[in-house]
Amino acid sequence: MEDLISILVTTIRVSTPLILACLAGLYSERAGIVDIGLEGKLLGSAFGAAVVAAVTGNVWLGLLAGIGVSLVFSGIHGLASINFRGNQIISGVALNFLASGLTVFLGAAWFGRGGNTPPLSGGARFYAIQLPFARELAGVPVIGPIYSGLISGHTILTYIAFLAVPLTAFVLWRTRFGLRLRAVGENPKALDTAGMSVSWLRYKALAITAVLVGMGGAYLSTAQAASFSREMSSGRGYIALAALIFAKWKPYPALGACLLFGFLEALQYRLQGVSLPVIGPVPTQAMQALPYVLTILLLAGFVGRAIAPKASGQPYVKER
Amino acid sequence: MSSAMPLPRWVDVALLPVLNVTLAFLIGGVVVMIVGENPIEAVRIMLYGAFGYGYGFGFTLYYTTNFIFAGLAVAVAYHGGLFNIGGEGQAYVGGLGAILVALAVGGLHWAFALPLIMISAALFAGVWAFIPGYLQAKRGSHVVITTIMMNFIATSMMSYIISRILKPANVNSDESARIDPLTRVPFLSEWVPLLKNTPVNISFFIALLALVGVYWLIWHTKFGYALRTMGHNGTAAHYAGMSNARLIMITMAISGALAGMVAINDTAGAHGRLLLGYVAGTGFVGIAVAFMGKAHPIGVGLSALLFGVLYQGGQELAFTMPAITREMIVTIQALVILFTGAMSNMLRRPVELAFMAAQSGAERSGSPAEEKRA
Repeated sequence: MEDLISILVTTIRVSTPLILACLAGLYSERAGIVDIGLEGKLLGSAFGAAVVAAVTGNVWLGLLAGIGVSLVFSGIHGLASINFRGNQIISGVALNFLASGLTVFLGAAWFGRGGNTPPLSGGARFYAIQLPFARELAGVPVIGPIYSGLISGHTILTYIAFLAVPLTAFVLWRTRFGLRLRAVGENPKALDTAGMSVSWLRYKALAITAVLVGMGGAYLSTAQAASFSREMSSGRGYIALAALIFAKWKPYPALGACLLFGFLEALQYRLQGVSLPVIGPVPTQAMQALPYVLTILLLAGFVGRAIAPKASGQPYVKER
Repeated sequence: MSSAMPLPRWVDVALLPVLNVTLAFLIGGVVVMIVGENPIEAVRIMLYGAFGYGYGFGFTLYYTTNFIFAGLAVAVAYHGGLFNIGGEGQAYVGGLGAILVALAVGGLHWAFALPLIMISAALFAGVWAFIPGYLQAKRGSHVVITTIMMNFIATSMMSYIISRILKPANVNSDESARIDPLTRVPFLSEWVPLLKNTPVNISFFIALLALVGVYWLIWHTKFGYALRTMGHNGTAAHYAGMSNARLIMITMAISGALAGMVAINDTAGAHGRLLLGYVAGTGFVGIAVAFMGKAHPIGVGLSALLFGVLYQGGQELAFTMPAITREMIVTIQALVILFTGAMSNMLRRPVELAFMAAQSGAERSGSPAEEKRA
């Protein structure tokens, strides 16, 4: 039981940035903008958050800076893919390289720690929050470990990530904005005909994307770790993208996919060096590759079918 | 294609790419200024590091070789409208093909071993690229996403193979056994003393041949014609009786095989063994090289050289200007991809307007929407 709880706690911890990045991708892809650049935004905002938190000693300013960085990235992506009708994938790839180059370059020049930022402490970090009655309930069997051990004791960003899921579902299926968002990803012309601005809607979606993924990045450097280290997003943006495809661009399945991939990561830490019966020592590499293998199998239609929003990846050309 | 007035060819082929690259470098210069260094001085040091002396020049050519292969891999696929981001993983798996044969024929003279190593590297890397090709052609999954995923799978798989299987018992770091000196692809410095002991090797000439080969393949064969047709308009290719599915699979395999040639330069040559994570971003540089070179072999050769200069000059720069690290090059690479790849329309419009203004003899009204360019 204790083992299980500890694996699940790790699952939640490592899933948080995935959930934020995955939901972020959901907004932009639903609006018809493919976002390969999630990885770069995650990395860039982790850097921005760590730098500002280190300099000001205030983690909230750090969070704002992280979101600021991803807003700038989203802006460039929007400019390239909405205004200049460029290739969205190329733009995303460029942004990923931009983040991986600039973060280390600027970090090394500013702090001289080989691209890492100084360690954060005190008010410059997010800390675990004890939910009400967590201490009192800790002794109660079953409920105790689950409530006090598993649910309580995470940072505010984790709770935001989990709350963002129902919120996204609500926005997507129950609001006017959500309807338009889905429409602009499926059939932008219909919206245009109804007198709405396709560009403006897509920019709004990209802004929401930036806010969410910015929180994910800030989580990496100011909550999960206590500083920025080079390449610290280490493919999480791509995993989030994989989760999004896995979830067929729907919020609750996205949560499920992120938790699944997070669970695989947690298991991988746990099984390091452990020898299983029959299989022998578990190759951690196999666990690392599993999310990607699963996504490929899914995309190939061997496990269900993933169909992207119809207009995704296509620039919209307004008729004159 | 259907702009109000088509731009002269030289503008499309030369002026716009040069403008875009210049823009990328200007912004790079601003970034250098942000960290308090002089960008002009930085360029001077870089050029000296890349061309100023034999040792530096040798490394420049060595990097250029890698980038030609990686750039051609992206370029070939791009002619068919396919975006192969998987060069990195394909080159890595190609390394496996190279090392297996190189170790198996250990002791054989390199002139006989090299063709075998090339075939094996091409085969391994080609299969790694064929899988995404097959999945797009037959199962409808997008090649971009699959190649990204395949990159990660390659990293995990190769890390397992190198650290658990290929690593000899008496070696501490994660790498394979060394290739027999007789079999290893020889360095050019054996014949050209000026190049000191730099890793530029026979593969450099193979890269130049590959440039010619790809030119011939794309513009002078039936396959190349079909490929370009598919790239411009898949439906048209289909109606003309070409099998898109088959084309996609063959193209991806060729693209992967080209990426796999990085292994003959590195694994079988420069390193003389298979190193963990040996590709180290070369496959990704290929993306920038291909876009900058407009997927044409001449352009690819020139931009590969430019990136070779950046990489080698960047090393020199990191020595003399400690504030500037190697990652500056990744930043420039990103800016080049951004401006020549994703934002190529940004400067196109002003340039078009300038040309229209220049030749405003005949009056024209309105500006019809530009069609999506291939």
